[in-house]
Amino acid sequence: MKKRYLVLLLILLSFASLFIGVTTISPLDLFRFSDHQTQIFWQSRVPRLISILIAGVTLSISGFIMQQLSRNKFVSPTTAGTMDSARFGILIALIVFTSAGPFEKMVIAFLFSLAGTFLFMKILDRIKMKDPIFIPLVGLMFGNIISSITTFFAYKHDLIQNMSAWLQGDFSMITAGRYEMLYISIPLVVIAYFFADRFTIAGMGEDFAKNLGLNYKQAVNVGLVIVALSTTLVVLTVGLIPFLGLVVPNIVSIYRGDNLKNSLFDTALLGAVFILFCDILGRIIIFPYEIPIGLTVGVIGSGIFIYLLMRRRDYA
Amino acid sequence: MVEVQSVSKSYGLKAVVDDVSVNIQKGKITSFIGPNGAGKSTLLSIISRLMSADTGEVLIDGQKVNETKSRDLAKKMAILKQSNHLNLRLSVRDLVAFGRFPYSQGKLTKEDHVHIDEALRYMELEELQDRYLDQLSGGQKQRAFIAMTIAQDTEYILLDEPLNNLDMKHSVQIMKVLRRLADELGKTVLIVIHDINFASVYSDYIVALKDGKIEAQGTVNEIITTLTLKQVYGMDMSIQEINNQKICVYFS
Repeated sequence: MKKRYLVLLLILLSFASLFIGVTTISPLDLFRFSDHQTQIFWQSRVPRLISILIAGVTLSISGFIMQQLSRNKFVSPTTAGTMDSARFGILIALIVFTSAGPFEKMVIAFLFSLAGTFLFMKILDRIKMKDPIFIPLVGLMFGNIISSITTFFAYKHDLIQNMSAWLQGDFSMITAGRYEMLYISIPLVVIAYFFADRFTIAGMGEDFAKNLGLNYKQAVNVGLVIVALSTTLVVLTVGLIPFLGLVVPNIVSIYRGDNLKNSLFDTALLGAVFILFCDILGRIIIFPYEIPIGLTVGVIGSGIFIYLLMRRRDYA
Repeated sequence: MVEVQSVSKSYGLKAVVDDVSVNIQKGKITSFIGPNGAGKSTLLSIISRLMSADTGEVLIDGQKVNETKSRDLAKKMAILKQSNHLNLRLSVRDLVAFGRFPYSQGKLTKEDHVHIDEALRYMELEELQDRYLDQLSGGQKQRAFIAMTIAQDTEYILLDEPLNNLDMKHSVQIMKVLRRLADELGKTVLIVIHDINFASVYSDYIVALKDGKIEAQGTVNEIITTLTLKQVYGMDMSIQEINNQKICVYFS
């Protein structure tokens, strides 16, 4: 896959994304918008596109970072309890701090997803059997335990409906004023770029990192903060988007290798293209209704995930 | 010079390294030999700051290892542990480039690239430089890792069982490279090695450990004797001189 084609594809899909929806807006109307069209365009279509792009980029990069730090190809925000912990944090924010604004919610959800991810990494340290398929299973179980605790408290406090809004990722609710928090992830991507070498070295093990004079713990901590914060932001604004952080980095790794600095741009690009494609698909399959992104990415992503598992088995 | 001053390390009640003192000369190959569980690898890890000693000090050129900044030590000393289960898809050149991390912190300069090219040439890896590590054989992989330590441009190179999982041809190749590193580039090489015949043929100095203590140390002629090896390994070996090299025969 050449970068050029990916860029071209991204531009085409982005363009298409702006003009697909219930209200007909065609590119020909661009310079003679009706008031209604202007409003839809700027209040819904553009915010939707931007949030899709940011979510695709940050979740894919987060997945790559996690796979390097955990030294396992199948660890990602979905398979390490990060997303479930963030959702638990949102619930706690809703119950304990009833008047919490979006920012407070973000901080609490971030702290929970960070704690959850750290806990998973600690569990990982203790597992003797480093089987590449066993570890993500542990992560999925861990995530489900947290998820069940969330459901329990949500049920007790009559918040089940509220929580299910964060269960299924959905871009159709994105409008101007409801997604801007995602911009916080952009500096995180920049930091990820500057730390790329450190993440790769840390991914080769603590001894290896120490030999090169790298502060191993600092690199791991920075990585986990980036992962937890960007995951939280996506869960809060869009909802759960499973498998993205798993599938995209694995595909990039096959044709571009694991040196994060070389692969970062491809990961970001492919992540954005993949999620944009899934979203457009969800919008046209049962037009004028929509299938939420969590479902389309989940179905396509899990299919690719199974393929990758089989492929890896052939390798080993 | 590396000075190990009465270093001890224990896990629980068991002393793995027990009051070990040894001086390691510059520009020579020093081999650590001994039976399984003698504490060789632990000692090497302590010397290279990957582990900390319970008591005692390690000094490198007069500086205490545990009081020197890790980043500065990385320019003085390289340690290679057995890293065979590495499953990253990294090109050989990228791996060797990481050897420059202590200097460049990730931003490679022209000088860094010169060092990388030299290291690749030295290990005869130029043609393989764009291949991924997971496409290489065990011997090629080991050469790539040694090239990385060469690019790291340190005076001291420490290797923990560098011949592990290698066949005879590749073992000889690696040992010859280490010899050249000492003879041509004046590097000080410390290795933990199981095969006493490789130790005998390629080392300048041998340190024999047993139960965490130094059982004997000295030149090859002093250590490779039936008596000393019986003390270390608890078995009888006949020592033959072949082509001016001392070969231990212990197979029956």
